[in-house]
Amino acid sequence: MEENQGVWVFIEVNEGKIEGVSLELLGAGRKLADKLEVPLSGVMLGEGVLPIANEVIYAGADQVYVVDHPVLKNYRTESYMKGVCTLAEKYKPEIFLYGATPNGKDLASAVATDLSTGLTADTTMLDVDVEKRLLEASRPAFGGNIMATILCKKHRPQMATVRPKVMKALETDNGRKGIIIEEELDLREEDMRTKVIKIVKDVTKKASLAEAHVIVAGGKGLGDLQGFQVIHDLADVIGASVGGTRDVVEAGWLKHEQQIGQTGETVTPKIYFAIGISGAIQHVEGMKNSELIIAINKDPNAPIFDVATYGIVGDAMEIVPKLIQQFKELSKEKGGEMSYA
Amino acid sequence: MHIVVCVKQVPDTKIIKINPKTNTLDRRSAPAILNPYDAHAVQEAVKIRNKSGGTISVLSMGPPQAVAVIKKSVEIGADQGYLISDRAFAGADTLATSYALSKALEKISKENPIDLVICGKHAIDGDTGQVGPGIARRLDIPPITNVIEVSEFNKEEKYVHIKRKQINGYEVIQSQLPCLLTVEKEINDIEYAPLPNMINAARYEPVVWSVNDLEDVDKTQLGLKGSPTIVGKMFSPPKLEGGKRIEGDADSQVEQLMEVLMERKDLFKIKAANS
Repeated sequence: MEENQGVWVFIEVNEGKIEGVSLELLGAGRKLADKLEVPLSGVMLGEGVLPIANEVIYAGADQVYVVDHPVLKNYRTESYMKGVCTLAEKYKPEIFLYGATPNGKDLASAVATDLSTGLTADTTMLDVDVEKRLLEASRPAFGGNIMATILCKKHRPQMATVRPKVMKALETDNGRKGIIIEEELDLREEDMRTKVIKIVKDVTKKASLAEAHVIVAGGKGLGDLQGFQVIHDLADVIGASVGGTRDVVEAGWLKHEQQIGQTGETVTPKIYFAIGISGAIQHVEGMKNSELIIAINKDPNAPIFDVATYGIVGDAMEIVPKLIQQFKELSKEKGGEMSYA
Repeated sequence: MHIVVCVKQVPDTKIIKINPKTNTLDRRSAPAILNPYDAHAVQEAVKIRNKSGGTISVLSMGPPQAVAVIKKSVEIGADQGYLISDRAFAGADTLATSYALSKALEKISKENPIDLVICGKHAIDGDTGQVGPGIARRLDIPPITNVIEVSEFNKEEKYVHIKRKQINGYEVIQSQLPCLLTVEKEINDIEYAPLPNMINAARYEPVVWSVNDLEDVDKTQLGLKGSPTIVGKMFSPPKLEGGKRIEGDADSQVEQLMEVLMERKDLFKIKAANS
């Protein structure tokens, strides 16, 4: 176990571009590596990815392991886990981080099984105990009511998947120097049992929630489906996207892809309206990094007010319609046809 | 055709309470239910069987009272069920859980070879999603996670076409059978159980295996002993500072809020008033 050294980050590449979460993890991994006084390495697999290996260095890594192979064109568990396990067995990192994306979680779960090591899911806080060289991976537990710190004392590497948009990427530094290490891997297409036959980009709602500048989100505090209509009305009048809590989605008021929180989407809009939302950790984890958070809730002690930039204690049924009215009048003043954008 | 669905009994995390003094779960405060994602996994198995024929088995690991989730699965339409229940399994993390379940699956497949394993995307008490892929690795079959549709199931040529959710959209994967799927909730709607199913479920007694009923088991890989991860500490999340309260009556609050919002008016796309 003592021979395991260094912090690794799996670099997820989609369509020739490094995923944001991988850059965030290089930022978080940099801190861990500096504390432990070890190198930070990126692990990048794909086809035609060698030319972008520099970007991993610019984002904070000391070195990048690259496997560039036609079989790795699209993510598949079997080919990627073979690549990652081979490298981990050869170079023996002590900490290995992955983005908690569909592919990152899938890969990390398979790799942890083959390396017979511990894996913490959907981490939102990372730290190290330098003396014991222990990764302290914390995550909301039990539906998000409480945080738990997970440790892996006797197995290496210590692995964790980390939620996107929680950690901070470093400023890109094009002057940073590092080492790019190309690795050969024996992979044959005919050994693969799965094949990606089509990739379909969804350009509608799902993408829009993650990229929306303004989100109006509602919770169970709105009472019922009819009460929830004010969320749609406000979003409509200001051109915002609509989201909600897990409760609201489970009640069928919104679609699954509109759920914001630990087990739904993580969003970072410029303005986030949290209306009738109490602010369980489950939800807060998915929106707390929004720029401006406006909370409206009847309960003055609701935890959502701890995360809000501006809090209004009051009845959403009274306040939101007044707000909608204000915006409508504003558009009248401007002659009915306006878009500030 | 033999489909096995792995299911878990979980506390309903929506209502579970935390003891604020000890930071531990008060399990008595929440009813135990079939993990919601697993209900969709059973439903998907029923859909496939109704088209392609065959048998659906469900497998669970847990205390003796977890037979309840197997009965619930029979109500949805499963044909039979197995529960592995033993103190040796207790305290397992995802690695030890996938080991125990894979040993049970090996035994089940000796009686009736398995063509497909289906799991829920994750359990709502652990929220990890790691057990499904772990089982697949141990059985050496391809795992396909985040499944939103089984678009083709070809039992003659032994392959499936699967829609898998991705960051922005989805991909279609062809996989050989057997393979393991973990399903999202949107894959199907749970149908109301027909009366005969409910009668079957009420009478059904699943097979219960202890650790000694399983074969070739390395006991050091089970339960707490076989779990590389431990919970170091539990704590309330860091308290955030909170911002400014907007006081006053509703009209005044809205007025003050508008002032704040108008500073960022470039972000709004306000519709025409008469639309």
